[in-house]
Amino acid sequence: MALTGLVLAGFVLGHMTGNLLMFKSPEAINAYAKWLHDNVALLWTARTVLIISVFAHIWAGVQLTLENRAARAGGPAVEATRRATFASRTMPYSGVVILGFVVFHLLHFTLKQVALGGVDFGPDVYKMVVAGFSSKPVAVFYVVSMLLLCLHLSHGVSSVFQTLGLRNERWRGRLDVLALAYAWIVALGFVSIPLAVLTGVLK
Amino acid sequence: MVQDNGKETTLALRLRVWRQRRGQPGAFEEHALAAVPTSASFLEMMDMLNEQLIKEGKDTFAFDHDCREGICGMCSMTINGMPHGPLPGVTTCQLHMRNFRDGETITVEPWRARAFPVLKDLAVDRSGFDKVIQAGGFITVRTGSAPEANNIPVPKPVADEAMDAAECIGCGACVASCKNGSAMLFVGAKINHLNILPQGQAERDRRTLAMVKTMDEAGFGNCTNYGECQAHCPKSITLDVIAKLNRDYLRARVKEFFSSTGKPSKGGE
Repeated sequence: MALTGLVLAGFVLGHMTGNLLMFKSPEAINAYAKWLHDNVALLWTARTVLIISVFAHIWAGVQLTLENRAARAGGPAVEATRRATFASRTMPYSGVVILGFVVFHLLHFTLKQVALGGVDFGPDVYKMVVAGFSSKPVAVFYVVSMLLLCLHLSHGVSSVFQTLGLRNERWRGRLDVLALAYAWIVALGFVSIPLAVLTGVLK
Repeated sequence: MVQDNGKETTLALRLRVWRQRRGQPGAFEEHALAAVPTSASFLEMMDMLNEQLIKEGKDTFAFDHDCREGICGMCSMTINGMPHGPLPGVTTCQLHMRNFRDGETITVEPWRARAFPVLKDLAVDRSGFDKVIQAGGFITVRTGSAPEANNIPVPKPVADEAMDAAECIGCGACVASCKNGSAMLFVGAKINHLNILPQGQAERDRRTLAMVKTMDEAGFGNCTNYGECQAHCPKSITLDVIAKLNRDYLRARVKEFFSSTGKPSKGGE
């Protein structure tokens, strides 16, 4: 979970940073997209690592959840929670919604199988994104998914340190803050684009 | 929570206590118990309930207890959903009735985890912990006579750290509080206690791998960093021991993977 999570957490930060070129100029984001697609070796190396990470992450997560449910054997009749965060207790649920989002997102913008935006914009990524987010349901689903990603990352990123044994009580608070900051930076960066489209900042 | 200001008062309580015979499904039984002194410990309150049941000619509730001073690790009750009750850092025997309100309904259950099957009522089988200890919770020493105390120098910070981990009394509250039924806090405490001391070095990697393997086989869950174990541990052991267990486990696995005698392998040239 930790190693694949680390790859995926690193990816979302990179993806978000690239997306912010939307705010620079249509030419900047289109040039960036063209550069990515022209570097076929780089593109497919990244895609292969990501696909393996996604499947390994899901497989580990499902196994973890099933094993842990069985080990708990129903739990006490009265459930008391002292410290477990909301994020930590909802990891499988936030994960499933994010997976659903990823599938939709790939169909929408990568494979272009969802015709919500209308036409195929070819290499004009800027127009494709603006058209895509002009659909309110798409933009809302996108924003909700990114907030769940924020929740997922806030627990996941701090857990990476625990799993790898790189943590102690002195560093726990700082690492939790780091994870929370990371999660919000990624989520707000992603969310800024559909919000900018909906409010007419990007058109 | 009510503090008694030094004044002795009594409580009337409604108790929902788990009743179960081994291998059969269990259920809660309700009992009213009057005149419980606020100075009584939770176990003394349970003794009062059992005496009342004997007078009524009914079966008593089985529960584990021994030293009644918080060091043996025998007492094990989930009180209102919290292993060892609402007061952090104490065992059930150290929990006093002044922490409850007059007229309160208290739910008393056994530890709930697949690896801790119910023996009877509130008593569970914690032999999963014994198996983990048998797998590696020891060091190899010459026995027979007391060893010279200062033969092996132990740096003070290491001794302190080992003692902090050794505070674990093996009660199982970590497993009972964990939403995954995981024993990582217990195993982490035992591993840290022995792995950092010079006396524990000989079996360090073997111990770590064997204890983790046995822990998994005993049916305990996996850690997902909820932190409930730390919040319910009567000895306030922290998640640090789990981080250090993870670190030692990774180290042992890597060393095992690249293990070598420095000579050509038998199958080789």
